[in-house]
Parts: sequence; C-alpha cells; structure tokens
Amino acid sequence: MLATTVSSGVVVLVGAVFLACAVEMVEALTIVFAVGHTRGWRSAFEGVAAALVALTALVAIFGPALIHVPLAWLRLVVGGVLLIFGMQWLRKAILRSSGLKAKHDEDAIYHETVAQLESGTPGTNRDRIAFVMAFKGVFLEGLEVVITVLTLGTSAHRLGLAAVTAAVALVLVAIVGAVVAKQLSSVPENAMKMSVGVLLVTYGTFWVGEGLKVRWPGNDTFLLAFVGIYAVVCWVLVTVIKPKNPSSPVKVDA
Amino acid sequence: MNDQQPLVIRLIKGFGMFWWDFLVGDTPELFVAALVIIGAVALVSESWHANTAAVIVLPVLAVLALTISVKRASDAAKGK
Repeated sequence: MLATTVSSGVVVLVGAVFLACAVEMVEALTIVFAVGHTRGWRSAFEGVAAALVALTALVAIFGPALIHVPLAWLRLVVGGVLLIFGMQWLRKAILRSSGLKAKHDEDAIYHETVAQLESGTPGTNRDRIAFVMAFKGVFLEGLEVVITVLTLGTSAHRLGLAAVTAAVALVLVAIVGAVVAKQLSSVPENAMKMSVGVLLVTYGTFWVGEGLKVRWPGNDTFLLAFVGIYAVVCWVLVTVIKPKNPSSPVKVDA
Repeated sequence: MNDQQPLVIRLIKGFGMFWWDFLVGDTPELFVAALVIIGAVALVSESWHANTAAVIVLPVLAVLALTISVKRASDAAKGK
C-alpha cells in the first residue's frame, strides 16, 4: 500500500520543495519572458545558461560539503534558517491576504522590466543588458531554489528526492509558462507562498527540535500536526488583521 | 559595489550581503526570535531534560514571534 510506505516526512518534503521551486521559477520566468520579448531570445537564453552554470558550480562546491557536517548540527542550523525563512514568507503572505500589502503582480513586474529594457539600446552581437537581466533573474531566484533543495534534502537524508522534485517543478512551470506565455499573473502565487511558508516553518520547527534532541510524539507524523497548527494560525491572523473597511486599503512597505 | 575592489573581495561582500538580506532583511525581529527560540529550547531540552515542555515551547514561541511581527507590520500600515 502506498499510504503505508510513504511517510509523512516524504509528503511534506516533496510538497515544500515542489511549491517553493514552482514559486521561484514563476518569478524567474517572468523576467526571462520580459527580456526575451523585448530584446531578443538569444541574449536571454545566454543569460539563463550562464546562471544555470553558476548555480551548478555552487551546488558542486557546497553540496558534498554539507554531507560531512554532523547531522544534529546540520538539522539545527538548517532548522533555524528554515524557521526564519518560513516566517518571512508567512508574514508577507498573511499581509497580502489581508490586503495590507500589495500582491506580487507578475503583470506589473513584466511591464516594469520591459520598460527598463526598452530604455536601453540593443547591442549587435550580445545584448549586455538583456544578458545581465536574464542572468540576475534566474541566478537570484535559482539560489533560493538551491538553498531550499540542499537544506531540506540533506537534513532529511533525501537529497536525490528533493533534487528530482525540484527538477519536475522547474520543467512543469517552464512548460506551463511557455504555453500561457505572458499570463503568469494567473498563477495563484500568494496561496502557493502561504503553503510554502507553512511547510518551511513546519520543517524549521521540526529540525530545530531534532537538532536539540527533542523527541517528537509519533516522530515524522508530528509534521502533519505542525502543518495543521500553522495553517490555522495563519487563517486566524489574516482574519484578525484584515481592515474592517476594505474600501480604504492601507499598505505596508516591508 | 566598488568596481575598483578585487574580484575576491567583491564576491565575499556579495555573498555576505546575500545572507544578510536572506536571513535579516527587513524583518530583524524574526531573526532575533529564531535565536531566542533556539536558546530557550536548548535550555529546556538539553539542560532541564524536559522533553514535553520543549515539544510545547518550540511551536508556541514560533507562533508568538510570527504574531508579533505581523502585528507590528499591521499597526504600522494602519497608522499611516
């Protein structure tokens, strides 16, 4: 039976890696589309390729090193990082859901990037601006994917599964992105970010505890309890801070 | 970033800036909260050997930190 052989830890790991990679990929793809449509695809693809080479080099350098760190320390540090990162994601998603912060608008980012690119003059062979924009977009978003995969994968002793899940997410988003072209704004990004935030804080809490020799009731199964607790907390916070009069929205900077 | 500096220095600075933005950024309270959570749970779990208390304290402090951070941002927005 699949239900008995797949542990709660694996389900949460796959969900966290898949959603986190998909969200970051949507953001990177928006920039690449803007560059490609505005300045031409050659320089955009060169920027993407250079970023992928740089990310691969980072994985090759830091990936094997992580395996040699004692597991308790690795889980404590990774748990701490995930706890901070997850709470940051949740904070933003809660503020966006309550209407106190503007939602991440892929259409606006696309048009803003296009406006920036159109102000420069295209080069002859390699368009330097297009190359740099595509490189930065893919490298910075990709770096977050790499950190997510390396930290979640190594701490759970399932680096291969995390890498394969990330690859599936990247390919799926690339295919969907290519099909819908500029319509990436239709992706329910804030709901995905809320889910990722819940999963990251869940793993962060779990591994900080494991690193400090806390014995969780039911071991991996307790991950599901954390998912439920944090999801309810988010819902309550969104409900409590939502302005009473939605016709006069207020916005937060951070 | 200063283009006159050697590449190694610029790379190290860039690496440091990335981690600063990644972990601290515009929510230093969450960074501090994570350190407090780790310290408190270490005290409860490793020094007092109170596992049940640690199981409760860890998520409660995480929820408290998130609530305070969200409340601060919400109050700041509504006070504008």
